[in-house]
Amino acid sequence: MQISGRLELSRRHLLIVGAASLAASSIATPLPAAAQPARTGAPVMTRVSFDVNGETHQLELDTRTTLLDALREHLHLTGTKKGCDHGQCGACTVIVDGRRINSCLTLAVMHQGDEITTIEGLGTPDGLHPLQAAFVEHDGYQCGYCTPGQICSAVAVLAEVKAGIPSHVTADLNAPVRLTNAELRERMSGNICRCGAYSNIAEAISEVAGRSA
Amino acid sequence: MRSFSYERAASPGAAAAAAASTANAKFIAGGTNLLDLMKLEIETPAHLIDVNDLALDRIEETADGGLRIGALVRNTELAADARVRRDYGVLSRALLAGASGQLRNKATTAGNLLQRTRCPYFYDTNLPCNKRKPGSGCAAIGGFGRQHAVVGASEACIATHPSDMAVAMRVLDAVVETVRPDGTTRSIPIAELHRLPGDSPEIETVLQPGELITAVVLPRPVGGTQAYRKVRDRASYAFALVSVAAIVQPDGTGRVALGGVAHKPWRVEAADAELPRGAKAVTARLLGDAKPTKDNAYKLPLAERTLAAVLRDPRA
Repeated sequence: MQISGRLELSRRHLLIVGAASLAASSIATPLPAAAQPARTGAPVMTRVSFDVNGETHQLELDTRTTLLDALREHLHLTGTKKGCDHGQCGACTVIVDGRRINSCLTLAVMHQGDEITTIEGLGTPDGLHPLQAAFVEHDGYQCGYCTPGQICSAVAVLAEVKAGIPSHVTADLNAPVRLTNAELRERMSGNICRCGAYSNIAEAISEVAGRSA
Repeated sequence: MRSFSYERAASPGAAAAAAASTANAKFIAGGTNLLDLMKLEIETPAHLIDVNDLALDRIEETADGGLRIGALVRNTELAADARVRRDYGVLSRALLAGASGQLRNKATTAGNLLQRTRCPYFYDTNLPCNKRKPGSGCAAIGGFGRQHAVVGASEACIATHPSDMAVAMRVLDAVVETVRPDGTTRSIPIAELHRLPGDSPEIETVLQPGELITAVVLPRPVGGTQAYRKVRDRASYAFALVSVAAIVQPDGTGRVALGGVAHKPWRVEAADAELPRGAKAVTARLLGDAKPTKDNAYKLPLAERTLAAVLRDPRA
């Protein structure tokens, strides 16, 4: 009993410390990501169609359905992951009309006619996308949960650099952009890897960037 | 998330009229801030008006040599625009210092201005917050306040405006163009768009119900060396503790605005005149009325030193 009491005390202490660090977090979302049922109002259904990985899909969805949930729960494309569900972790990154976005922070109904690419559309187990192969080669993950988002983001980062889009660390706004390690890390900052595989992720992307340069 | 009905507006005027005539309606453009808050039921609109079809996504030159930025121009496009990079470097720099690549691809010019002024207690629905629930009190006052406002705050709210872009818009004297539900338009200087919290922190701008931002106009370029320096807890993807937007002319005159210190982008025109006398003189005027707590008093010397660093090496 005494041991249990002490455990509770230390657990309570941990909770207090946890709450303080949450309050300190610069992008605060103290609630867990679990979906909550609507408390009022009947669901409003609506139709939407968009292309995913080259295939057109027509869906009838609750207006509240995010693009992420449409992909995972309705189209069963579970490669795209739900991490924080608040745009902070990047696990849900997909490419829509050529741009990477957080699929958790956009409504499916807002994507009528759009072309969406998910991790399933980049490569197959027998024909990996060069970035998928590079992540395997460089061990750019540990648990792998953030990996689809990392790879979708990296594909778009290489395109953004090619298009000359500057970043926070670009020294000269009016000169061509070069993909240095600092550039790569800045541009990938919207993708969190809780396992901390960052150095290997950076090596994987650098290798592909160097190859295609 | 509460359920809501949804429509796509066909014109700015129709969008504004629909917003005024439908109960509890909100515009949605990028949606990155609104959906985040709807998931937590901090925002609970019954109807969403999607404005993405409104063709407000162009950047055009104005007759007097400035730029008219459509309300729907994405943060990425605005930061990368060659004219902005060349003539309004402080704006490109501020945009690129904000959020993440994914969010900048979605976030719009108007949405960036209209994101909620917020703090961790605004997000914590278990605690009182005058902004979230008017009259309930402010849990941030006396709470963990190192991120909070040092100037222009009130007994009701000490949150800071999180936008980097808006600080650059303030130093550039941008003008916001809107359409109202009756179809009339007006121009609002950026200095007047955002309100200080006073005793109604839930009202963050001077926009009327249903009023829609259609564009943000930048006056003709003012030249000078332009810089935006942001100090934060990590190197990327974090809100500012303090940020400095500055335009410095070869003769040492210029303009300064601060982010991370107030409920709105913070600029005091009289402080600009102190620029030739250095960072200490400028921040003394800018933050002369500051009422910091022991948790956030560090922001005063941090603002001064950040400005000093910018003046020493404005391109950094």
